[in-house]
Amino acid sequence: MPDNEMTGARPKLAVWKFASCDGCQLTLLDCEDELLEIAGRVEISHFDEASSATTAGPYDLSLVEGSITTAQDVARIHRIRATSRRLVTIGACATAGGIQALRNYADVAEFRSVVYARPDYIDTLATSTPISAHVPVDLELRGCPIDRGQLVEVITAYLAGRAPDVPGHSVCFECKRRGTVCVTVAHGTPCLGPITHAGCGALCPAYNRGCYGCFGPSTSTNFPSFIPLLRRDGMDTLDIVRVLRTFNTAAPEFDAVSRQEEQQA
Amino acid sequence: MSQAETKTLQVGTLTRVEGLSALHLTLQGGSVARAQLRIYEPPRFFEAFLRGRAHTEPPDITSRICGICPVAYQLSACRAIEQACGVTVDGQVAALRRLLYCGEWIESHALHITMLHAPDFLGCESAIELARTRRGDIERGLRLKQAGNAVIELLGGRAIHPVNVRLGGFHRTPSAGGLRPLAAQLRQALDDAATTVRWVAGFEFPDAEIDAPLLALAEPDRYAIESGSPTVMPAPSEAGLPAHSGRSLPTRTFPLDEFSDHVVEEQVPHSTALHSRLDGQHHLTGPLARYAISGKLLSPLAAQAARDSGLGDPSAGQVCRNPYRSIIVRAVEVLYAVDEALRLIAAYEPPARPHVDVAPRVGTGHGATEAPRGLLYHRYTIDAAGTVTDATLIPPTAQNQAAIEADLRDAVNGRLRHGDATDEELTALCERVIRNYDPCISCATHFLDLTVHRGV
Repeated sequence: MPDNEMTGARPKLAVWKFASCDGCQLTLLDCEDELLEIAGRVEISHFDEASSATTAGPYDLSLVEGSITTAQDVARIHRIRATSRRLVTIGACATAGGIQALRNYADVAEFRSVVYARPDYIDTLATSTPISAHVPVDLELRGCPIDRGQLVEVITAYLAGRAPDVPGHSVCFECKRRGTVCVTVAHGTPCLGPITHAGCGALCPAYNRGCYGCFGPSTSTNFPSFIPLLRRDGMDTLDIVRVLRTFNTAAPEFDAVSRQEEQQA
Repeated sequence: MSQAETKTLQVGTLTRVEGLSALHLTLQGGSVARAQLRIYEPPRFFEAFLRGRAHTEPPDITSRICGICPVAYQLSACRAIEQACGVTVDGQVAALRRLLYCGEWIESHALHITMLHAPDFLGCESAIELARTRRGDIERGLRLKQAGNAVIELLGGRAIHPVNVRLGGFHRTPSAGGLRPLAAQLRQALDDAATTVRWVAGFEFPDAEIDAPLLALAEPDRYAIESGSPTVMPAPSEAGLPAHSGRSLPTRTFPLDEFSDHVVEEQVPHSTALHSRLDGQHHLTGPLARYAISGKLLSPLAAQAARDSGLGDPSAGQVCRNPYRSIIVRAVEVLYAVDEALRLIAAYEPPARPHVDVAPRVGTGHGATEAPRGLLYHRYTIDAAGTVTDATLIPPTAQNQAAIEADLRDAVNGRLRHGDATDEELTALCERVIRNYDPCISCATHFLDLTVHRGV
């Protein structure tokens, strides 16, 4: 993006949506203190939720929300990649398939008939897959939803021409930094914090709740060795499968362990 | 356009609405033959994968249907499952739920008023463009939105998909002084909300009326938000009145358990979309319905602002059926929600326990709350082990779809009576009509049948 400084043109930002709840792109509008400043420094070239004005690519930074669930969307993400210098996925759907990836463990034809009166009208793929399964991705921002501070960091880092500072360690680090008493040690509450990617600021333990893994797996954990700790804290196999099969169910680490657990059930 | 000519107008992607949708309009002989709001948001099958989950999970899972109104999903789910399990949440825990919901009304309405809807009245493409000439108005809207988000962040942990809601109440409740920082921010928001009502009341509003029954939850003694009984105010034409009649009509109420007897999904032959109908008619839910049915229970401050804005006084038997003026009703509801939040904070005392236990038992439960966009209904059946065996979700946008399409037909026909119009003009008109309803397509999608649109 810094190249644009040579020409004086503002870098072009685009926001794209696939299968999702809109919450991650809403995070950009939730940056109440930074939004008008950001809007002054970039040209918001495509953001359907916020603006009727659209300008053609190429785009310097594309933020992509949502997972791929239709054949048309496979073609669309390829077109977006071709016209984007940097492509950053925002959130669990775009990064790990989202909760709609629960279809990956089921018969999608049966799902269709449960929800729709005329299932033959529904055009959908049998799977929900992350963006990275289809095109190269420059950075994956985790979370269901993403963290506002991390989003601002990504945009400002690219504006400044530096790499964003998005640590890949576990939620435990954030919990310690926040000074929260460990819910597992103090109360025996099962908590996915030790294996979950940081970014939320360790919210759940601060509210007396075990982490439920909405940022997906952290980058450096021995996940299978963690499962016995969940059993120690009172979870059975069904509980473990359920907690892994939520918003990041298609993340490879969560997927592998949940399939392994399911076989034991 | 000659009498025989047929013309199809297609709007590829509707902007400044939440989710992916398009519009197909077929004109024949100078009037609208067909107006279809086409939803091409990919289906996500929530009702299917909720089966087999624990009864404790729907609040967190269904919040992911919508990033703009997650609290509505969490609390409709809680109410339905608590009813199935024979549990009632009351006292300060119930008051905290209402406070959390006030935060969502403030945040969602401020977003729609400022970022999505106001640009239509001021001839702009976006709030960001608007901020160049009216920065103060946009900054005020953002401050209000921030105040709403602050309520959700303090009580829920974060503004989108809050983590602190659970069956029976909360994981953790604030200390006695814990809500105090919110009060200071909300007092500033009270001024901002009052100014916003005056700001939007000064916009120009085209003539339009919705001649359909209005559906909203109602409570005997307060403006219904997080609970209440489904209540219907009939269409003016049912009472032999013209559509523009601003008269309030006698309401009727039905038990929530009978919701699916009254609100029925119908498939119409010319459309692939399921329309939900209320006792055989297309109906409207959302701010206009709430204001008509519960407006007399607004706080004195909000009621005065509503009267001053020219909305009509519900205490004097007046209602507003103009969809363009829904922006004023939203602004009045923001003012009410801020006022109500301050009242709840002032009366707050920490409850003895943050939640009551909700042990599973065999049964079916119904839950409904007033999402910012209208009545959101959930129904769950659970077995003895607490496993969900059936789930049904009826969001407000799905209910409003038939009313939106009827309004589109009326609006375009009304315009064409004054002579031919360009595609651009009709497109702009239709987009405005749709935005009046603040549609939430992500919510509607798992419910609506859809036609896939073949293009970006």
